[in-house]
Parts: sequence; C-alpha cells; structure tokens
Amino acid sequence: MATTRILEWLGRFYIVLLLAFLYLPIMIMAAMSFNASPFYQLPFEWTTDWYASLWQNDQLIAATWNSIEIAIITTIISTVLGSMASLALYRYEFRGKKLLQALLFPPIAIPWLITGTAMLIFFFGVGIGRGLVAILLGHVALALPYVIVVVAARLQTFAPELEEAARSLGANQLQVTARVTLPWIMPGVIAGGLFAFAVSFDQFVVSYFLSTPGQTTLPVEIYAAIRKGFTPEINAVSTIIIAVSMALMLLTARFFKFGGEK
Amino acid sequence: MAGVTVANVSRSFGAHQALDDVSIDFPDGGFYALLGPSGSGKTTLLRQIAGFDFPDTGRIAIGGESVERVPVEKRRIGMVFQNYALFPNMSVADNVAFGLSVRGEPKAMIATEVRRALDLVQLGKLGGRRPHQLSGGQRQRVALARAIVTKPRVLLLDEPLGALDKALRVDMQIELKRIQREIGITTIFVTHDQEEALTMSDRIGILRDGRLVQEGPPEEIYDRPQSEFAATFLGDANIFRGDATGSGIKLPDGTTIAASTGASVPAGAKASCAVRPERIQISTGAAKPDVGNANMLTGQVSKRIFAGNNSTYFVDREGQTLKVIVQNTGAERLAEGQPVVLSWSPESTVLIAA
Repeated sequence: MATTRILEWLGRFYIVLLLAFLYLPIMIMAAMSFNASPFYQLPFEWTTDWYASLWQNDQLIAATWNSIEIAIITTIISTVLGSMASLALYRYEFRGKKLLQALLFPPIAIPWLITGTAMLIFFFGVGIGRGLVAILLGHVALALPYVIVVVAARLQTFAPELEEAARSLGANQLQVTARVTLPWIMPGVIAGGLFAFAVSFDQFVVSYFLSTPGQTTLPVEIYAAIRKGFTPEINAVSTIIIAVSMALMLLTARFFKFGGEK
Repeated sequence: MAGVTVANVSRSFGAHQALDDVSIDFPDGGFYALLGPSGSGKTTLLRQIAGFDFPDTGRIAIGGESVERVPVEKRRIGMVFQNYALFPNMSVADNVAFGLSVRGEPKAMIATEVRRALDLVQLGKLGGRRPHQLSGGQRQRVALARAIVTKPRVLLLDEPLGALDKALRVDMQIELKRIQREIGITTIFVTHDQEEALTMSDRIGILRDGRLVQEGPPEEIYDRPQSEFAATFLGDANIFRGDATGSGIKLPDGTTIAASTGASVPAGAKASCAVRPERIQISTGAAKPDVGNANMLTGQVSKRIFAGNNSTYFVDREGQTLKVIVQNTGAERLAEGQPVVLSWSPESTVLIAA
C-alpha cells in the first residue's frame, strides 16, 4: 500500500517536473513581457508598455506579417503539392520511383545551414536573388518532404480496395479521390500542413541567408534586434506568437478526432 | 441483366501465366462459382470481368457487348469484396447511395432506392450507422446492398463469406441465394470452399494454374469428374491408377476394377479410377456385399473418425489408404485393426484418362 502511494507521488512529481521543464522558460518570458523593468528586475511591476511600444515598432510588425504570410502560402503550396505527390507515389508504378522516393529523405537530414548556402548561390545564379520570393521558394522546398512523408504514412493505412470499390460503383478518378481517398488521408494532410507551417514559421537559418534588410521574417528580425540590444518588446511579440500557435494546435487536436475512426 | 462470355482469355504478370486461354459462358441470371485453390487464377479472372485489369489476349463480353478494354467504372457491374471495402467515412446509407450519387441521380430517387436496397438485405433501420458499428454479417449485407442498388448487369463476389464464422456463413449463403433469385442477376462467385460452391451455384468452373479444368452443373462435376484434380478438389475421392482394360483398369498387383462411368480410354493406356468414399460398402468377411458390387477389395481398418451422423474409415490396402464414409444407421461399428471387405459398383466408378 505504502509503496504504491510513494510511486504514485513520484509519478506526479515527475509530470510536474516535466511540465516545468517545458513551460517554465516560456512562462517567465511571458511574465517579463508584462514587467516594467527592462532588465528583468523584481519586484514585478505590471505594465503593458512593451506591447504598446511593440505596436510602434514598424520593422518588427512588418517582419511578423511577412512571416505569417510566407508560412501560410508555404503551407498551402507544399500541402497541395506534397499530398498530390504522395498520392502519385502510392498509386502508380513508374520508372525511377524507388530512386525518387529515396531522394525525398536526404533534404530532411541535410543541415539547414548547408541548404541555405546552396539556395543562396542557386537563387543568385538563376537571377531570383534574395528577398521574400526567394524565402518563400526556399521554405516550400524545405517543407515539401515533410508533407510527402507524413501523408505517405497515412496512406499506408489506406485499404486499396476502397478505391476499387468506388470505381466499381461508377466513380471516376476525381470522384474516387475527392470522396474516398482524401477523407481518409485528411488527418495526414492536416498534420503535414502543420509541419509545413512550423518549418516555415520557425525557419531562421535559411531565411537569414535569403533575406534583405527590408524583406525579412520575424525570427531574422528578432535576431537582428537582439544583436542591437535586447528589449522586452521581443518578449511581447514572442508571447503573442506563443498564444496564437497554442490556440492553433489545440484547435487542430480537436479536429483530429474526426479522422481517427475505424 | 446480361450473360457474360469469356473467350480465350490469357493474362500473364511477368513470367507468371495467371490465366491461360480460359473460355467460359456465364448464363444470364445464373449463379456461377469459380472454384480453385489459391493461385489458380480465379480472382484474376474475376478482376478481368470486373475491369480492374485487362487481358493480354481474348475477348470478354457482357450482354453481348465487348468490354475487354472498357475500364471498371464504365462496365456497370456490382462487386462485393472479400473485406467488404465499406467507406469508413460514410454512414451505411451514404455507402449504399454512393453509386447513384456519383452518377448524379436526383436526391429523392437516391433516397427511395437506398431504402429499398437496405430493406432487401434486411438492414432497413441501420442506415444512420457507421460501418465500424456493424457486425461482420451486417457489413456483408451493406456491401451487397451497395453493389446491387445501381442495378448492375452482373454481380461479382470475391470470396464474400470468407471473413465470416461458420454459422453466420451458412446463414449468409441462404440469404445471398434468396437475394440473387429475387433480383435475378447474373452472379459470378469466387471461392476456394468446395462446399460453398456445391450448395450455392447452378454451375461451377474449376480452375487450376490459370486453366479451366472442368465446368458444368455441380452434380455433373461431382458425379463425373474428368480429372484426378477435379475429383479430389470438389469432394473427396479414392484414386486408383493402372492400365485401361476397355471396361475399367488393371492395378499393378493384377486386381481389376470395373468402371462404367467417365471417359473411354483405349485398352493398354494409362488411366485412373475415382470412387467417392460414400459409395463404398464396408463389411467384415462374414457379411455379404450388395448384389451388383462387382468391385471388391480386402484391407484392414487403420483408423476410424466418428462424426455423429457418419463415420470415416481409413482402410489400408497394398500400401494405399482408402477412405470410406458410412452413415450412422445403428449398425455395428468396426474396430481399428479389423480385416474388412470393400465393395462398390462399376456405376460408382469414374474412369479418368491419365
């Protein structure tokens, strides 16, 4: 009896420790974004000044919008292209398919620093140069393999007879895909889309190589700001982003339940 | 409704010849079983008829219209898959409605037809359920309703009862047969279960290694198999091999066996005889065999398996083990090790050319 209670207590303690490890730094940062002292001095003095001054920081706001825009466009393009590629790899046999599938994995493992350098050289070579377009193209290229892999994993659980059954009932390829296959792989598509969004929105290394002073994303702008001198405005913008992305994650988790039946 | 004709159809996958010059006429409104061991080509043939795959050579016609290059979605067939293949993201009613819905039929008409089809398979009240909430037998019925609601020309069934347990399978056999009669649809049924083929179909085609071994009504194939394979695959048979004598065969030990059914084989050629275990009379030396049992052998009971309504005796004779099935009539049972006399008539003996 006593040992079980001790084990139970240890288990709870472990969970608290784990959550503290994950969330404590974030909570301190969020708290400091509401603290009046710019040098993290206590006692805590409530203020929303940093949020107000963030509102005045045009550069930071512009970079935030750039990041959101690029992340959304990257998500849309790479989710659509990646899902279609995954379906094609699932359905068709063609020459060089194995090679193509093998080539999809290395980009995930290649350090972003190297990918970024390679992209910078390449984009200069073909005349695209640096800027938001280059960043977008880079992010799509980075996100695509993730989407393909995640959707392919979901397709592994798909029963091919379902497509055959739909065809035997008179459905054409488009109807089969829209009404039978897509509903099944939707959780994979959404997960792939989330990955794509995260890869783009979090992206620092490749964005850093491809941005110019006027055309940059939030992580690069934060880095530049910190180098100039840290201000709690950074805490404020980070807190907003964390709140938004956590809300997004929770919504998706709820949505996921719709696909998880069998 | 329409009959189906398969003429000289061949199909190979790489070096593997899955179908080799198969020709079968499936009569309009009939229930036809394609029977064979796994790898015999029966499923490949069904997929050619469905249109999932096209033959290398040969012709396939549904209702007289050539379809061998028409894709499945344009063939107007109905198919029931081994694992039912119900759409998991749709309700039972939406599953059944799918075929009509992709054709763009009006909503009111779809609702009426779906209700009628679900009533036919006795699932009228379960339209709102999801497939995962149904039992195996119910899923089977939904799959059937979905396949017939579009009024297909042919109904194709790919081992549809294979996933059900024994008792349910017998129920579904009766049910399937009732529905098939009710709508009078030409039905082609793939199975490896010989009992299922015998009890359900009007005609059976036996396939082996991509070739059609024999086809005809179940009684004909059972009573007059044309090959050792047909004799042993559809039902049980004792096979004797020897040289043809003109009226039967002579075994290597000199015993002759008279046969008056089956092929005619010129004297001297290699031939075999098939005898069904239930046609053989077994008795101890004291009892006289029936008149007309011209074939007689002696042996020794090596094993008896009691199955309630009958017993199976394994009788050793000249290095061969023969199988005899005796109905439970209350007669004395024979003990293992007992010497016995086996006898049967020439009419029960089928001569098969080697």
